[in-house]
Amino acid sequence: MKYRVDIRVVPRAGLLDPQGKAIESALLALEFGGIGAVHVGRAITLELEADSEQSAESEARRMCERLLANPVTEDFSVKVSA
Amino acid sequence: MVRFPGSNCETETLTAVTASGGEAFALDHRSDNLQGARAVIIQGGFSYGDYLRSGAIARLAPVMDPIRVHAKQGGVVIGICNGFQVLCEAGLLPGALLHNHENRFVARPIDIRIERNTTACTSEFEIGEVVRIPMAHGEGRYVADTDTLDRLETEHLVVLRYVAAGGSDLPHNPNGSERDIAGICNREGNVVGFMPHPERHADRRLGPAPGSRFFDSLIAGLSHPAVA
Repeated sequence: MKYRVDIRVVPRAGLLDPQGKAIESALLALEFGGIGAVHVGRAITLELEADSEQSAESEARRMCERLLANPVTEDFSVKVSA
Repeated sequence: MVRFPGSNCETETLTAVTASGGEAFALDHRSDNLQGARAVIIQGGFSYGDYLRSGAIARLAPVMDPIRVHAKQGGVVIGICNGFQVLCEAGLLPGALLHNHENRFVARPIDIRIERNTTACTSEFEIGEVVRIPMAHGEGRYVADTDTLDRLETEHLVVLRYVAAGGSDLPHNPNGSERDIAGICNREGNVVGFMPHPERHADRRLGPAPGSRFFDSLIAGLSHPAVA
């Protein structure tokens, strides 16, 4: 069955995120207020043939562990939908 | 010199190796063997456009399999800039390289101290020597967890460190690397990775060219096989 997989890769909490900081400054310059903790990550979507939602999810998690996320510096989340 | 799509420093690196008395050739990323090379340099550039993460896709190229075997057998593997990123992504060196802390691509001469001279490319230096060579990168901030950083220090795996030298009001650490680390090696010293570009300051016709001494060390080490 074909599943849609939404993957989010984000910088590990606590690591300096200069892109996030730059965007925060830019938003403040555009006079948006009350902003903090801006972080920039990556959204990867793909279609995956799998027998079940669980096996699609575990396959996607393995993709993250092996390629899509750097295990030293990034965390990831996987969402599967039919 | 390993040529990935997007590599761009092969020519200078090849010239530097040749000037130090070595024989060099470009090795295509699709090659499944080292074609007789005794040392591998993964040189600078933007392999695969830095897509996904710098070096993340290059480390999956077919040529990385024989390189991994070569490294494991004690063969010389040197990663310069993008090459350092590839080696970290490939797990041949610990840690990772992230965006420079000020989110700027920094291209300028940088002062680095030689911390270890028992590696494949630093034998011609004295420990503590400071040399000035160019850097040019946007993702050179070296990070690793605290245990790894401590281990790098206690096991003498830090090869190059950013230092403050007199006469400059530019920050000594140009990218926010932890512990000012500019380059590291594996325990045996045969796998070395660093961000600065010695090949861009290796032409002795222009005067003292400290970058050339990295390549002198490389060639000297290959002539006398034991790396201490």
